[in-house]
Amino acid sequence: MAQLFPKSANVLAPASIVALLLAGGGVVGGLLAVDYAGFNQRRGETIEQPVPFSHEHHVSGLGIDCRYCHTAVEKSATAGIPPTATCYNCHKLIWNEAPMLEPVRSSFRTGQPLRWTKVHDLPDFVYFNHSIHVAKGVGCATCHGAVQKMRLMRSAQPLQMRWCLDCHRNPEKYLRPKEEVFNMDWQPPSNQEELGRELVAKYKVRPRKFLESCGTCHR
Amino acid sequence: MSSLSRAPRGAAAAVAVALLAIGAASGCRQGMYNQPKKKPLSESHFFHDGLSARVPPADTVARGWLRADAAYARGIGPDGKFVSTLPQEVVFSRELLLRGRQRFDVFCSPCHGREGNGLGMIVQRGFKQPPSYHIERLQHQPIGYFFDVMTNGFGQMSSYASQVPVEDRWAIAAYIRALQLSQHAVVADLPQRDRDALAAATAATVASPAAAAQTEPSR
Repeated sequence: MAQLFPKSANVLAPASIVALLLAGGGVVGGLLAVDYAGFNQRRGETIEQPVPFSHEHHVSGLGIDCRYCHTAVEKSATAGIPPTATCYNCHKLIWNEAPMLEPVRSSFRTGQPLRWTKVHDLPDFVYFNHSIHVAKGVGCATCHGAVQKMRLMRSAQPLQMRWCLDCHRNPEKYLRPKEEVFNMDWQPPSNQEELGRELVAKYKVRPRKFLESCGTCHR
Repeated sequence: MSSLSRAPRGAAAAVAVALLAIGAASGCRQGMYNQPKKKPLSESHFFHDGLSARVPPADTVARGWLRADAAYARGIGPDGKFVSTLPQEVVFSRELLLRGRQRFDVFCSPCHGREGNGLGMIVQRGFKQPPSYHIERLQHQPIGYFFDVMTNGFGQMSSYASQVPVEDRWAIAAYIRALQLSQHAVVADLPQRDRDALAAATAATVASPAAAAQTEPSR
């Protein structure tokens, strides 16, 4: 009976197994790399909104505090999008004929809210709460980036679970004094980790075991 | 023999399906990301006005929010006039003034300026200039008057009742009193420590105006 396989099959057979594993790993790795790079989260992408609202102008230019509009951020899960009445506190007199602001005026006249598109849209199975983060010294800029320099809003961070966990596992790397939470120009000091450890103790941040438990964010 | 050759083909198909599934999972959002539930401010296609949150019937009072006490809720005393002292629910303390300053800087300073002179940034950009708190008419207004203006608005100023809760409005009113005092205080009113600092600063100015300019505290 003739040989069914040539002699080279002795090498090719195990080599093909290795090659298949490598190729599979490469595909999975590639997909993970795409995911990590943040193309899925529309990171850095500006999203069309009914009014081209500029945080740069209102925050850097005019010095308006985040809480003037996002009034709920210290008390509730959501920071709150201001009602049109808040825009009208100033825009009843300022730029009150600008065509750009017509959607604001029409919303004020009719009582129909402006339909903003959420930029930081977490999956519905994540129970994020702004108030606790603000109360423990997580600055607005830590998650939202340099909003005071954004003409149009975009998300600055990947908002992925591993990104959340990076801070939940090592909060001392990111915490700042509570009075600096809304200071958009705050820069971490050179001894951030040391300061962070003090703040973790001072603000009674829960231990890692709790912060990285599933039920903290998924319930 | 035939069963042997089918097994690898089945395995290859399973691997291909798994890879496709990974690709699909990373490329698009699944149902769990956007669940059929409503979060604050989200849109609804069920109600005709497009809002997921319902407006409560007129005159609804949430539990614990009945403001039957006119002095606390409206700044009006039993005689029908504005109260001239803080209502009994508000405890006067250093913390109250600090809270008042912080809330004043967030909500009032854009127009009234941090010193309360009515020259805030929004006024510089064209909003109607409010009167300075330091004019005689406002100096003699009872504290309930300031609470009332914050609650109901005045002239071009909108009501801030929805942005600033009652207790914070009292803190701000108390801080406005402190601001008024600050602009009309005499040196003898200062505590000894501040008087010493002032004397040192004055001496430095006389000795070297340039050095004094450098040590002048920045706001």
